[in-house]
Amino acid sequence: MPNFCRNVITLVGLFWFAAASPALAQAQRLPVVASFSILGDMARQIGGERVEVTDIVAPNQDAHVFQPSPADIRKVGAARVILVNGLGFEPAVDRMVSSARQKSTVVSAGVTPLREAASHPGHGHGAKGAPDPHAWQSVGNAKLYARAIAAALVAADADGKAAYETNLAAYLAKLDALDAEIRAAIAALPADRRAFATTHDALGYFAAAYGVTIHTLQGVSTESEPSAGDLARLIRKVKALKAPAVFLENVTDPRKAQTIARETGAKLGGTLFSDSLSLATGPAPTYIDMMRHNVREIAKALAP
Amino acid sequence: MSLLYEFFIGPFAEFPFMRRALAACLALSLGAAPIGVFLMLRRMSLIGDAMAHAILPGAAVGYLVAGFSLGAMTAGGLVAGFAVAILAGLVARGTNLKEDTALAAFYIISLAAGVTIVSSRGSNVDVLRILFGSVLALDPETLALMAAATSLTLLTLALLLRPLVLEFVDSGFLASVSRIGGPAHLIFLGLTVLNLVAAFHAIGTLLAVGVMILPAASARLWTNDLTRLIGLAVAIAFVSSLGGLLLSFHFALAAGPAIILVAGGAYALSLFAGQAGGWAARRPPRRHLEA
Repeated sequence: MPNFCRNVITLVGLFWFAAASPALAQAQRLPVVASFSILGDMARQIGGERVEVTDIVAPNQDAHVFQPSPADIRKVGAARVILVNGLGFEPAVDRMVSSARQKSTVVSAGVTPLREAASHPGHGHGAKGAPDPHAWQSVGNAKLYARAIAAALVAADADGKAAYETNLAAYLAKLDALDAEIRAAIAALPADRRAFATTHDALGYFAAAYGVTIHTLQGVSTESEPSAGDLARLIRKVKALKAPAVFLENVTDPRKAQTIARETGAKLGGTLFSDSLSLATGPAPTYIDMMRHNVREIAKALAP
Repeated sequence: MSLLYEFFIGPFAEFPFMRRALAACLALSLGAAPIGVFLMLRRMSLIGDAMAHAILPGAAVGYLVAGFSLGAMTAGGLVAGFAVAILAGLVARGTNLKEDTALAAFYIISLAAGVTIVSSRGSNVDVLRILFGSVLALDPETLALMAAATSLTLLTLALLLRPLVLEFVDSGFLASVSRIGGPAHLIFLGLTVLNLVAAFHAIGTLLAVGVMILPAASARLWTNDLTRLIGLAVAIAFVSSLGGLLLSFHFALAAGPAIILVAGGAYALSLFAGQAGGWAARRPPRRHLEA
């Protein structure tokens, strides 16, 4: 809701501004549309004062099953830079962009994609072995995202090149520090406790980058409802592996995770943010806050 | 033998969540199937459907106020379902619209209102959860609620059996000997909403009416006797839920829809083979050979 209010205020402000001084209209900030909140945050960090970023999928919403509204389509039509994750993460946004005859920048272009786990046949986005889109869960990939976003901003607004590059350098330094912090937190855990189960397979890149084993209830996408067989397999898996913790996720059914915790005796971890940021008042309003929050929750649940 | 055990018993022996789902289905079958029989005999099947949809905005307002709270969503669903049943009756009596039109109008409005309310605060995933339920993730409190709803339903139906039966057999006679017809009808509507709300936690608002109507309609094709009708409907409902759960377990299908589809299969079979009004029974007997 605060986000919506802010958009309305910005919009009203823009109209007033445009009406009052047409000569100044060129000095408006660069309109940037990001497909979801994590890309929006990165664009704000790098664009700073020169850009006006709108998120299509708001914080706390699920990009997998998002349906656009007419207002979203208008925003896409008016944007100078459109940032999408790619790897099949936001099909609805892709359709919107092509129907508005706009071109988007795929920020995951430099990422080496992980394949969706083959251990859960018949789930996820489509064909088995489809790429896992949640690449930002590894800070190394987030640095690639940041560079791609900076390049897109420079291409659309060459006057801002110096400012964007300064912001990018500062942001990359923060990401490096974050990466080191995560590695230190995981290294502090005993090796046999670096495993947990979660309801949404969005942390594959995190698992691969930081050496944590993650067992999932669903495939990569929240589009499919888990069947009794899926739930049973996961419970068997958690029991067999003696996974010490189960995590809820901010976008799928918490009751399923509670069911698993109850039947396996694993500890119920806090909320991990994976596909979207929290609202500004929540624990994960920016990408860096999100990763820090997740690592803190993971370390807390897995500590012996 | 051990294969049969693996297929039919194993899932329930190994996993408490399967046992809870089965208990929920038993409660649902015992309560909802008899209600479905009376809905069918009173020609109110569509009213049941409309009420099921009406529960959605009520549950959605509960969700808006208190999130995924059992109490709030149940209370909201009860109020809204009852309100639509009464309002549809008032529209049918007070305007020149017939009841079927009044119901169709109400139920499509309810569906739109419910989805709008839930999606304004939650995500689309929350909407799906309310529309299709989650029989696999029932907690003990929800189970207790469903069992309580069933107990209340069975007790009340036992008390009201006479007026309910008389009203659809000969409503004129009932009105001439007693004034219980009106209150009995209202109480019956209340029971219907109560069972729909209980069913909605397990299989969602869109499918809830399925466990009422499909077993009742199937059973009607096999018998003309009311007692057998109710018993058979309960049995069909329970066997369908058991079958649906097992299918969901062994073939990775979504549980709620699987249950309703198995009930749908029983209905199709009954349409064809039913001894009391099915297709096979209604074919005129073949002519004997004549000289």
